[in-house]
Amino acid sequence: MDVEILARIQFAFTIAFHYIYPPLSIGLGLVMVIMEGMFLKTGNKLYEKMTKFFVRIFALIFGIGVATGIVMEFEFGTNWAVYSRYVGDVFGSALAAEGIFAFALESGFLGILLFGWNRVRPSVHFFATVMVTLGSMFSAVWIVVANSWQQTPTGYHIVGTGLHARAEITDFWAMVFNPSMVSRISHVWLGSFLSGAFLVLSISAYYLRKKRYLEFSKSAFKIGLVVATLSALAQLFVGHKSADVVAEYQPAKLAALEGHYDGSKPGDMYLMGYVDQKKQETHGLYIPGGLSFLTKGDFKAPVTGLNDFKKEDRPSAVNFVFQTYHLMVAIGMFMIALTLYSCYLWWRKSLFNKHWLMVIFSFSVLLPQVANQVGWYSAEVGRQPWVVYGLLRTSKALSQAVTAGHIVFSLILFTWVYLVLFVLFIYLLNKKIKRGPFDEENLDHSPRHIEMADSLA
Amino acid sequence: MATFLGIDYPTCWFLLVGAVFTGYIILDGFDLGAGIIHLFFTKEESRRIALNAIGPVWDGNEVWIVIGGGALFAGFPEVYASLLSAFYVPFILFLLGIIFRAISIEFRSKEPMLWWRRMWDISYCASSTLIAFLLGVILGNVTEGINMGPDHVFRGSFTEFLNPYALLTGVTTVALLMMHGAIYLVMKTENRLYTKLTLIVKDATIFFVIMILLTSFYTLLYLPKMAAVIRNYPELFVVPVMMVLTIANITRQITKRKYLYAFISSAVTISLLMILVAMELYPNMLVSTQSPANNLTVYNASSSQKTLGIMLVVAAIGVPLVVGYTTFVFVTFKGKVKLDEMSY
Ligand code: HDD
Ligand code: HEM
Ligand code: HEM
Repeated sequence: MDVEILARIQFAFTIAFHYIYPPLSIGLGLVMVIMEGMFLKTGNKLYEKMTKFFVRIFALIFGIGVATGIVMEFEFGTNWAVYSRYVGDVFGSALAAEGIFAFALESGFLGILLFGWNRVRPSVHFFATVMVTLGSMFSAVWIVVANSWQQTPTGYHIVGTGLHARAEITDFWAMVFNPSMVSRISHVWLGSFLSGAFLVLSISAYYLRKKRYLEFSKSAFKIGLVVATLSALAQLFVGHKSADVVAEYQPAKLAALEGHYDGSKPGDMYLMGYVDQKKQETHGLYIPGGLSFLTKGDFKAPVTGLNDFKKEDRPSAVNFVFQTYHLMVAIGMFMIALTLYSCYLWWRKSLFNKHWLMVIFSFSVLLPQVANQVGWYSAEVGRQPWVVYGLLRTSKALSQAVTAGHIVFSLILFTWVYLVLFVLFIYLLNKKIKRGPFDEENLDHSPRHIEMADSLA
Repeated sequence: MATFLGIDYPTCWFLLVGAVFTGYIILDGFDLGAGIIHLFFTKEESRRIALNAIGPVWDGNEVWIVIGGGALFAGFPEVYASLLSAFYVPFILFLLGIIFRAISIEFRSKEPMLWWRRMWDISYCASSTLIAFLLGVILGNVTEGINMGPDHVFRGSFTEFLNPYALLTGVTTVALLMMHGAIYLVMKTENRLYTKLTLIVKDATIFFVIMILLTSFYTLLYLPKMAAVIRNYPELFVVPVMMVLTIANITRQITKRKYLYAFISSAVTISLLMILVAMELYPNMLVSTQSPANNLTVYNASSSQKTLGIMLVVAAIGVPLVVGYTTFVFVTFKGKVKLDEMSY
């Protein structure tokens, strides 16, 4: 395989792995803030237990997020040297701002969040929890600014030519608030809230099914459900806004999202289907003219199709983009239905009576995870063949000093390490959940553990 | 060219990036050092205390490499791109070290089994040593210069990074951080572990002094160009002199059992070492062994004036904030380590 494909696979693999963890941290952070806030407000010890329990799960997730994130930062330089030179002026500032404003904030206060329970007053501890959560939300901001800039570049000019060409900032705020930034960061945040909320829902539903910690699980479930319902509904609107931006700035991507080839015809909106790339046809269940209506407000208006672009200027994996995009939307719709129905049952006071519902919820943590992953795949693969949309091609962005052998070497290493990491993560997470919220985790640590566990049970 | 306090922007950024990396080596240095000497503790209790001594701060310390990487990317994209793609193999190993270290600290306490804890102890020690060694190797290569063509693309072979000089600086860095970390741990411990650490500190300091002498002689003999800047500006001679004095002071404070002062002195030693390297390099950042015309300097490698200016504002707002809450965290956890229910 050539260097380009390998480098792309390696980047996609490492970032996709990284992206399992940050959304969980961000979402769990929000939930922890709510729980600890309830504790401060009501003084109810149950909320304190809840916070401590989820803080320990948070710590596990956070650790892996950090370790895999540092890989990402340096991979731009190791694998994509030409790209780094090209975008460094614009992109570097976002990355540096991220380090200073976001990572330092969250990692700094993390020490207090994890180890500060007996060292600082409850209100100071709460402050630390809020800061860690804000820090993780800011981390998402700057990296999404950078990514959105390469989707819809603004506020720059190009100097130099050939291998020495590069983008320089002309207007910092235009760079930051590039056209797709606001809708994409909101979309990413909501996706993260959903990840965290559904993790809480899954764990609580699991306990409820096993009839353990009933009081604890019911209140945790309700907190999770409120966050999940609001985020799922908001996600639909924000996702629609994202699609609008794509329609305006990346018409080739939009066409790929819906598998729309013929630019003289109105665009259809598919509920499901597949794209036959050879025949350039899309089959499936669709709303005729739906895409035209959503983008132009008119069922009959023609929408730019893939055939309006030269072959080398449009994404090649059309069916992949189509499928990943539709899977995301389907999951989004399913989550809306699931949460609304659960809220209705809550109102009818029969939420916890339905065993099958709890079974669904105990696996529901996978829904936002999958949606987050496939969402990025459709956004990133749909951006091809460009690294920086319309400016720099992916094939031109590689490190020239690096050979296929090196990338294979690192890819194999990372695959192994991440595999082991993932297995250990699942194992430890599972163990923490099985052990439950009332065991202060020092079974093995101090001779006092037995009395302690007893006094808490 | 725009200036800040009379210094032009690229030079300003050179200093700033240098300061961030120095901060990284001082801060993460002590927890890396604690990792390197981890296996010298034999009791489970001692190992836990040693881990919890760095527990609340190591992650915050590590952020400095993230900021440093970002600042290098922002300020000098050419250097970031050339350096990282040239040192592909050492950087990938470095990243693996970072991953293994983080998860060793995180996972170790999650299971009571002896083999589990041993395994993570070894992985913690090995990854800390690997990181320290590679930092030294990369620094050594940067001071020597690398085989870089006119387009700033690396032309050498990928095993070149393991040359004798770089190996020497690698081992020296391991020794330096061992000493630095041991001094930190002495400050955080009491009773028998404290007594044990006072001995480790002595040995580590002797090891470091031997290594730094070797490195200095090697540098003077084989890389005479490094002394050139001092020959041209004799007043800069004060930097090596100060270094000798601070190193002497470390040993003096250790014998007097004034470990806080010893720690400060070893932090100053690290800063002076970085200043020496910076002095020798400036205005170059990455020297080409092919021809001086291919060098990456602070001027031909920097971002636009506009970006550097924006980033100065970012730094001016961000750095005091970071320093503020870092201090807050260190103050919250000051004093000797006590294990409690939330400890590792
Ligand atoms: C700021 C930059 C940035 C950010 C935040 C992301 N990516 Fe990205 N991504 C890139 C910058 C980038 C890139 C460096 O520009 C790549 C490498 C090659 C390419 O074409 O674009 C890329 C490629 C790339 C590919 C391969 C596409 C292809 O080669 O066809 C996938 C699947 C992803 N990314 C997935 C993700 C996921 C799951 C992310 C969520 C965390 C993500 N990206 C965030
Ligand atoms: C290629 C892109 C990315 C790079 C270079 C990157 C870089 C990093 C780095 C260096 C860290 C460790 C920081 C530390 O030491 O504390 C990290 C962690 C983190 N990243 Fe990423 N990241 C990327 C993508 C993303 C995205 C898309 C998000 C959006 C949600 C994100 C959110 C976070 C968060 C919240 C953390 C904290 C650790 C955690 O919560 O798990 N990152 N990232
Ligand atoms: C409910 C209907 C949804 C719609 C209409 C929608 C729409 C979109 C669109 C158009 C994009 C591409 C944006 C671009 O390329 O710039 C996108 C990306 C993405 N989506 Fe969705 N989405 C929906 C639901 C969800 C859900 C439920 C999640 C996660 C829980 C999610 C997570 C993501 C992510 C992580 C991305 C990539 C980041 C980005 O480009 O913003 N989406 N979505």
